[in-house]
Amino acid sequence: MISSNVARVGRIDLMVRFFSFILKNSWRNRRRTFLTVASIGASLCLLGVMMALYAALYHSKPSAYQALRLMTRNRVSLTLPMPIYYGERIRQIAGVREVAASQWFGGAYKDSRDPKNFFARIAIDPEKILALRGEMSVPADQSRTFVSDRTACLVGRSLANRLNFKIGDRITLVGDIFPVNLDLTVRAIYDAPENDEVLYFHWKYLEESISLGRRSLAGTFAILVDSPESVARVAAAVDDTFHNAPVETKTESEQQFALSFLSFLGNLKAFLFSVSAAVTFTILLVSANTMAMSVRERVREVGILKTLGFTTREVLSVILGEAVVIALLGGVVGLLLASGLCHVVSQNAFGFDQIRRLAVGPAVSVMALALAAFVGLASSVVPAYAAARTPIVEAVRDSG
Amino acid sequence: MAIPISYNLRNLAVRKTTTAMTALGIALTVAVLTAVLALVHGLDTAFEATGHPLNVLVMRKGSDSELASNFTRTAYQDLKVKPGIAVSSRGEPMASLEMVTVINLPDGGNPDGKNVTLRGISPLGIQMRDQVKLASGRWFQTGRREVVVGRSIAGRYPAARPGKLLRFGRGEWLVVGVMDAGRTAANSEIFLDINQAGSDFNRSEVLSSALVRAADAVAVQSLINDINDDRRLNCTAQAERQYYASQTASGKPIQYAGIGIAIIMAIGSSFAAMNTMYAAVARRAREIGTLRVLGFSRGGILLSFLLESLLLSGIGGALGCLLVLPLNGVTTGIGNFVTFSEIAFDFRISPQIMAVGVGFSLLMGALGGFFPARMAAKKEILNALREA
Repeated sequence: MISSNVARVGRIDLMVRFFSFILKNSWRNRRRTFLTVASIGASLCLLGVMMALYAALYHSKPSAYQALRLMTRNRVSLTLPMPIYYGERIRQIAGVREVAASQWFGGAYKDSRDPKNFFARIAIDPEKILALRGEMSVPADQSRTFVSDRTACLVGRSLANRLNFKIGDRITLVGDIFPVNLDLTVRAIYDAPENDEVLYFHWKYLEESISLGRRSLAGTFAILVDSPESVARVAAAVDDTFHNAPVETKTESEQQFALSFLSFLGNLKAFLFSVSAAVTFTILLVSANTMAMSVRERVREVGILKTLGFTTREVLSVILGEAVVIALLGGVVGLLLASGLCHVVSQNAFGFDQIRRLAVGPAVSVMALALAAFVGLASSVVPAYAAARTPIVEAVRDSG
Repeated sequence: MAIPISYNLRNLAVRKTTTAMTALGIALTVAVLTAVLALVHGLDTAFEATGHPLNVLVMRKGSDSELASNFTRTAYQDLKVKPGIAVSSRGEPMASLEMVTVINLPDGGNPDGKNVTLRGISPLGIQMRDQVKLASGRWFQTGRREVVVGRSIAGRYPAARPGKLLRFGRGEWLVVGVMDAGRTAANSEIFLDINQAGSDFNRSEVLSSALVRAADAVAVQSLINDINDDRRLNCTAQAERQYYASQTASGKPIQYAGIGIAIIMAIGSSFAAMNTMYAAVARRAREIGTLRVLGFSRGGILLSFLLESLLLSGIGGALGCLLVLPLNGVTTGIGNFVTFSEIAFDFRISPQIMAVGVGFSLLMGALGGFFPARMAAKKEILNALREA
């Protein structure tokens, strides 16, 4: 019992001493260590951003309210409308708590060539949008005036900050899809953890402005269901209701709906994967190259270590340890750079809510560091093994 | 006298593992850069090739795209009698009223489908796009529920091959032919009869846009001015080529992302190259001393090591270009925010892109090689000879 404890303490002691030996070794050729760390850091920074992007796009959890919302659109295309009476049919489906027809207005605010002036302008029933987006917080007096004033609009906090909108400001939207100009007054500003760059205005205001032939049509239906369990069932039930109707529908979760816009940028997954693969392979090359150089210089030292009684395994672990320490150091530098880069990117993501929340999370950090450690190990196994196995006589004779 | 280049080549060959690894790292960086450039170049080519120099596109004032534009039949009647419009062989004005919308087509890898532009058009309108030729099958007949799909559409969407039925509007449409539009954007469109399309989408009166052909090059600008100044028409006219050329902005996000990635990768690769070159200098200290004893100057040494670094990275650059070469001609698609639909195009690797790739690799080599080369040049002869 006592002896095993002594052995354990001895092993820990050895490890600590090994560790300081490893640190001193990597400190010896400072310039090389610095260059390698910088090189691995640059690559891992990229990889960190790619992983963060992937996580933000494909693995982010919807908020409690978002998870309850569905979007219904024309099956043929989002650009084509649906009859407004579909809303009543949807409301009758069990599990639907609220449904609202909405219309993407498009158009231009000020100079449309400046991307800063782009934001979503959506016509919707004012009371329903407040009910649908329960996560929005709007001061009670503001929401009252928003509902009662037909030309009122409700804007998100980030949008208000970006374009300097204040309560009482007049906004003119020049229509294109709908050939009318709308004069709106900012009556309310909402705070929300996500999607707070939208302008909502009265559905009826748009309806009254456009020609008879274009009225009573909805671009999308936003649906709120009563529980997360109802989501899939309601989505299927909506599309079944209008199956073989003149206009068929497609219903998906709000999150999927948002994602379909991003997939529009091209094959994002393929892009992320191919760049990540190229980057990972590059780190592997850089690290392998450095470790090979460093081991080659120290063959004689290895011989001396072995003369002093170090076993092949111990020598092997010192060399592997050094590679892992350097790679991990690169990983930490890379992650710090990646967080900075994510911050910059997230500040410049007009309209794409998923990208606005881009950040290096714990999962991404762990994965990146694990990858760094793996790269360190994988890149040094071959040279380390070769060096550790060199017979003492030959090793000591080596000129370096 | 300069140190012969064969000295550097042999040195690279002796350390073949290190050389190969460093060069491969640089090659991957160059590959990422050239792949993105080839993608953007392919996209630009598709847009820049589209449009006849004499064609003028007319949309409602304030519209940036045909999709968001409204154009009435009444306005069209006024438009087509404008002076300066060419006359067809049959004696009609060369003008085409068109309806543009978007439909969603499922493709193999993407069950959610992609957006595709649908264009209601007249036979004269097709004639006015002289890059568009029938590749197989036949053209749609007026008054029938038939469509002709662009070459890229037929290639990318199994649901839109000849003989298949597409479901949109008020029913089904038969794919009767495939058109080849050279490298132009029409390859990613579906053409159908304007009147059928108008009635199916409830747009018999209000369509999207009109295309007119000016009689000659001189008439183009005066026709544009004439239409823009006509208050009653309330339209904007622009050269068709200009309209498509402005859509090259679709490639900008991927271009910026790609160049940013390549630059960060290049920083990493430069550090790696620097590492390799420092090691080379350290290992060859005695050689450097010997070279100096033989009478080679410090400048000669500096140049020689810099050249070796450039050679190393140049090999990487060439390798990177080779790695990307198989991408040439591969078709891909990207979302076009103007048309709200996908445009298909081919990766196009031009000699210029390869030159940029190799130049980029040489830059990495120069950055990575300069400091080690300077260190080599600064070595004192005696110290260098004494080093192990």
